Amino acid sequence: MRIALFVTCVNDTLFPGTGRAVVTLLERLGHTVEFPQEQTCCAQMHFNTGYRPESLPLVERFARVFAGYDAIVTPSASCAAMIRHNHPVIAAQLGGAALRDAVAAVVPAVHELTEFLVDVLGVTDVGAAFPHRVTYHPTCHSLRGVQLEDRPLRLLRAVKGIELVELPGADSCCGFGGTFALKNADTSTTMLADKMSRVLGTGAEVLCAADNSCLMHIGGGLDRLNSGVRIMHLAEILATTEGAP
Amino acid sequence: MSRGSGGGLDANDGRVWLGTPAFPEAARTALADTQLRHNLRHATTTIRAKRLDATGEVPHWEELREAGAAIKRRTARHLDHYLEQLERSVTEAGGTVHWAGDAAEANRIVARLVTATGAREVVKVKSMATQEIGLNEALGAAGITAYETDLAELIVQLGEDRPSHILVPAIHRNRAEIRDVFAARMGDWGRAAPQDLDDDPKALAEAARLHLREKFLTAEVAISGANFAAADTGTVAVVESEGNGRMCLTLPRTLITVMGIEKVVPRFADLEVFLQLLPRSSTGERMNPYTSLWTGVTPGDGPQDFHLVLLDNGRTDVLKDTVGRQTLACIRCSACLNVCPVYERTGGHAYGSVYPGPIGAVLTPQLVGVDKAPSLPFASTLCGACYDACPVKIDIPEVLVHLRARVVEADRDRRALPTPEALAMAAASAVLDSPTLLGIAQRAAAAGGRLTTRGGRIRRLPGPLRRWSATRDTPPPARETFRTWWRENRERR
Repeated sequence: MRIALFVTCVNDTLFPGTGRAVVTLLERLGHTVEFPQEQTCCAQMHFNTGYRPESLPLVERFARVFAGYDAIVTPSASCAAMIRHNHPVIAAQLGGAALRDAVAAVVPAVHELTEFLVDVLGVTDVGAAFPHRVTYHPTCHSLRGVQLEDRPLRLLRAVKGIELVELPGADSCCGFGGTFALKNADTSTTMLADKMSRVLGTGAEVLCAADNSCLMHIGGGLDRLNSGVRIMHLAEILATTEGAP
Repeated sequence: MSRGSGGGLDANDGRVWLGTPAFPEAARTALADTQLRHNLRHATTTIRAKRLDATGEVPHWEELREAGAAIKRRTARHLDHYLEQLERSVTEAGGTVHWAGDAAEANRIVARLVTATGAREVVKVKSMATQEIGLNEALGAAGITAYETDLAELIVQLGEDRPSHILVPAIHRNRAEIRDVFAARMGDWGRAAPQDLDDDPKALAEAARLHLREKFLTAEVAISGANFAAADTGTVAVVESEGNGRMCLTLPRTLITVMGIEKVVPRFADLEVFLQLLPRSSTGERMNPYTSLWTGVTPGDGPQDFHLVLLDNGRTDVLKDTVGRQTLACIRCSACLNVCPVYERTGGHAYGSVYPGPIGAVLTPQLVGVDKAPSLPFASTLCGACYDACPVKIDIPEVLVHLRARVVEADRDRRALPTPEALAMAAASAVLDSPTLLGIAQRAAAAGGRLTTRGGRIRRLPGPLRRWSATRDTPPPARETFRTWWRENRERR
């Protein structure tokens, strides 16, 4: 199976550790991962902010760069949802027949990381060990965009030594919403405050999710409070073993 | 816009009221009002749980949603056909149908009909359509007083307030506030509240009951909206919870119904679907307490004179847009408001429209033109809770993003120079379309990040990003990006 990693622009630039964790994890499970160097971004920021023509070259790039792989794995539910639901829309509206075909060919190969582990590789125990108190925030795109359902929790529950605590009101949005956080900064901050108080209420040492963008928002708020709660992408927890804590 | 500021409609074009200030500024006022946020959180949390229970116990709920969506899709595709059929059915049953292209025309028709009866007062059933066109104000200008009889609408009217929710217009008020409004204002409109009125819900309801009963027994004309109208039989339906609507619909001699043209359904039998979907989605009840159905007039029973005003007011323009069109399927249940995390914090007034919340954020810009309400499609995190909750499966996030593109396009066409945001987006697109440029930008960001970092976090960001860093720290861009790490550790291995 030819597996390509789509690391996403946010992870590449701000959270490279997440990409390294995915590589570590998949290699530990016996797979070879390729990283197509010409990849950049899924165009979510442009598309969701209303800049459709600007999103077109990025959609073309994605379809071109990732053509021919059996699986394209990404540690971002939000980018996976963007590709799955909106690349076909952009191709249909602004692209020609060739782009529509290219997008249609590449989209079914795209998997969010936990979908890939559970559905394609058929594993829930990935051999991880992480002896900490952890709470999981299902991001909106994990819940509704790609409907990960309980896959992340099944993977986390199999982690050795982990103390998984439930996050109350987990399904309510953290207030990030991409450019919403800038355009409606006050509303975003109010939503963030509610999410943070619930995270702090769990007494967790670590908050994890399947999207670093939402974690950047919640973690940025938690840091401003000097809360001591650490944010980690789910992949980083799954990549951790007893030998390499 | 502070609460209790009165008014609510733009007299100039008589359409949906439009918020000035834009959503972000209007929201700021609401966010600072802790009482408002407490009232909203309490109300939406309660109703949300009730809805989940009520929808969860229907084994074929998803099929019901799909049936509702399918009926609405077909209605929208053949709207002209069903409206003409409705006109024939209503006329045959002894009613009179009027067509109103816009708010002003609808208001003229209704004022003329009321004036012809000689009445100077009318009782009203809660109606979004009449709020949309500013009917009460228009009737007032014609010397006619309109009395709202829905309890929540009564609270809003007495308080010279604006509705803040589709189903529960006074959701932003708690009972102490309601007591004060009743005590201060009921006497100005009719029977005064008892001297010793307290904020016990029973006492408040009794005060409203006595106040309203006078109106029901004296009014000769009633005005209603319509939840549905069946094209095949000409039957009009109003669903409500208090029975006040039924009093209006049966006691007065003349009944005038103002109905958005999208409220038609092809067949009487279609009500089977919507009368299951609506109450469970809106109030979390298995069925709604009062369902009133009437077909034209029946000699010697109920209103003897029935007029149906079919209101367009921008709706045929919405129909032309194949993505936006699904908005017209809305059955005004308000489930999307109750699950929306943005609405929960800001309340309805911030949307500056009689249609607040997620559905208002997509309906209002389409009815009035995206250029007049450009902040509304952005008043959402696109979390998708509204789409999940919608009983007729309106993909509100899809429409929001579609309208955002229309806002950006309208902006592009109007301006000689691109906005700073448009420039930034174009630049980002160019950088992201080139791994080489992206690498240069990443190295520059990492260098800049190192300069501004304190304790491993960036505390303040430049330019528009300041709005982000006001409340959030940011990790500095990595010294070694993932792609650099890959080249060093995998390519060269």
